Amino acid sequence: MQTESMFGTRAESLLLLQKRSRVSMIWKVIFIFATAVAVLFLLLLLISVIDSVFGYIVVRNEVEVSALVSGASSLDELSRSQLEEAAKNNLSSGILRRVESEKPLAERTDRELRSLIEQYIIKPSVLKSWGLWGSITKQDEIGAFMADQADSYLIFKSWITPEFLINDQSANPLNAGIRTAMLGSLWIIAITFLLAFPIGVGSAIYLEEYADDTKLNRLLQLNIFNLSAVPSIIYGLLGLAVFVRALEGVTSGAIFSSVADTTANGRTILSGGLTLGLLVLPIIIINTQEALKGVPDSLRMSSYGVGATKWQTIWSHVLPASFDRILTGTILALSRALGETAPLVVIGASTFISVDPASIFSKFTTLPIQIYQWSARPQGSYRNIAAAAIIVLLVLLLVLNSGAIYLRDKLSKKKRMAA
Amino acid sequence: MKVMQATEVENFEYLGKSETVEKQKIITLEDVNIHYGSFHAVKDASLPIYEKQVTAFIVPSGCGKSTVLRSINRMNDMIRGATIDGQVLFHGQDLYAKDVDPVLIRRSIGMVFQKPNPFPKSIYENITWGAKINGFKGDYDELVETSLQKAALWDEVKDKLKQNALQLSGGQQQRLCIARTLAVQPEVILMDEPASALDPIATGRIEELILELKQYYTIVIVTHNMGQASRVSDNTAFFMVDEGRTGYLEEYAPTEQLFLNPAHKKTEEYISGKFG
Repeated sequence: MQTESMFGTRAESLLLLQKRSRVSMIWKVIFIFATAVAVLFLLLLLISVIDSVFGYIVVRNEVEVSALVSGASSLDELSRSQLEEAAKNNLSSGILRRVESEKPLAERTDRELRSLIEQYIIKPSVLKSWGLWGSITKQDEIGAFMADQADSYLIFKSWITPEFLINDQSANPLNAGIRTAMLGSLWIIAITFLLAFPIGVGSAIYLEEYADDTKLNRLLQLNIFNLSAVPSIIYGLLGLAVFVRALEGVTSGAIFSSVADTTANGRTILSGGLTLGLLVLPIIIINTQEALKGVPDSLRMSSYGVGATKWQTIWSHVLPASFDRILTGTILALSRALGETAPLVVIGASTFISVDPASIFSKFTTLPIQIYQWSARPQGSYRNIAAAAIIVLLVLLLVLNSGAIYLRDKLSKKKRMAA
Repeated sequence: MKVMQATEVENFEYLGKSETVEKQKIITLEDVNIHYGSFHAVKDASLPIYEKQVTAFIVPSGCGKSTVLRSINRMNDMIRGATIDGQVLFHGQDLYAKDVDPVLIRRSIGMVFQKPNPFPKSIYENITWGAKINGFKGDYDELVETSLQKAALWDEVKDKLKQNALQLSGGQQQRLCIARTLAVQPEVILMDEPASALDPIATGRIEELILELKQYYTIVIVTHNMGQASRVSDNTAFFMVDEGRTGYLEEYAPTEQLFLNPAHKKTEEYISGKFG
């Protein structure tokens, strides 16, 4: 071999090759290890959440069903008339009056009656709860605990139930649900989208397609990058100062004279949505700019070449070619907004409301706020419903993100095959 | 530098054959200098372009080869940092005058690019889009058919006009780009190495097409390929680069004269393959 002198003997080459392969292998192992650790952490997160959502609980009822209607062991066994009877006879007069004025008993469904009776008469409370793992492994402990309990019973409970999704908040974790929080999250996300999408895409188009490469524009660009890295709580403080305080007249709806009776000053859905809108604005701008950069210049040139104006070029060629990526970036930014807690805490999201938001001037709570509130409470069963709410939030985020991926695939396929 | 005298009618005599060619100037470059930021890309280019003839620009690599071409329809406006001095006259009107809208120029002076770049839309829309935005009032089906026929593509695509243009072969795509340019009825077509991304057969078809089209249009083509220039063009502008990588016009003459009897030594060396 002509190059042998320069690269050493064949034996030396083989030895070196062995060494190089070994180093290569070591790096591969390191990367696999890193991936494994990441997956492990994610699994731990998921397991710890799921562990809290299922398990045995010991429930004690203040009043047994059998005391309401003799011989009955569950509310499901009662007939319509028995339910109404039980409610009328056992509710205190004050509560009965309030309940009747909200919606007369006779007009309520069986299901509503049952939950009314459970909430105000039976008043079940959780004495003790075990996680999924504990329920499986600590059978002895559970048995020993139950042996001491006379008037309580053990049930295996899934904290995620259809009722959990449609109930509003309650002081009793067994009855509490996340309807109000989910609606709050959806309202806020809608406002966020309405603010951030048009402004974000608009400024990205200006910066990418129109702006000259001047010092000022470079400074602008740098600041947008910086803004996207600003901690979310700072946006919360900004929102508090600007939307809640300075613009209170607008965000509370006072100047539109459409103040709902639930409204307390400027701490409304509008303030929350605008604050999160500001938070995701730089992210949407950057994502959109990246999407526009991905459009080949040849496409723009071919459009100019047949005598198109700048706007015709952008509208007919640049945006259709980048729309899938703009949309994906926006959805990912919105899913970040959906999970934000700190800025909403700062601008004053409600911690306990059971009234659904009715307009952008309503008070609100959101899923992450709810999770934060519940997990901060000392009673054990709040941790269970916090975990259940986490699962709902994760599923919501998963749906959003897979929606983004689906849309991107579908649109880019359409782009390639467009007819 | 030898610049051909720009008289309206000239007599050319080459190979003992004498013919009178009527040559109407449509575009004139006068002392065109192009800069990209601090880089001097092209200096002092002056030459006439004659109506309904093919003018080839032979430009060695290195000095932004399509730069001169793009200055003719103000495509350089799109390139950040590009500035141009001197005059480009189109029918005697300076294209760089303040009151001239480049959008209008690009309709009259169309462009075909090095890499085929049809719109990612149907073949039909590729033809109609340019016409539509320019306010075309006629029959679109007819426009599509005549444009594709002029570009020698009609027979191949007439049954699949709704198909995406990107599904065509490279050569077909390039002819579609030519048809797209024809659809807005330009007077001049600038072609930036239109065949360099194509195989020899597709290249041959493009060259035939150019010869066909010059009956109706003025064509300016940039090429590296000496053979191509000699096959399709009536006049050839031969550019060189100096030590600072700045392009300049070395020689401009009728193609046959430039190839068979170049006036400049550098031209001769380049043509005979001694460098370049």
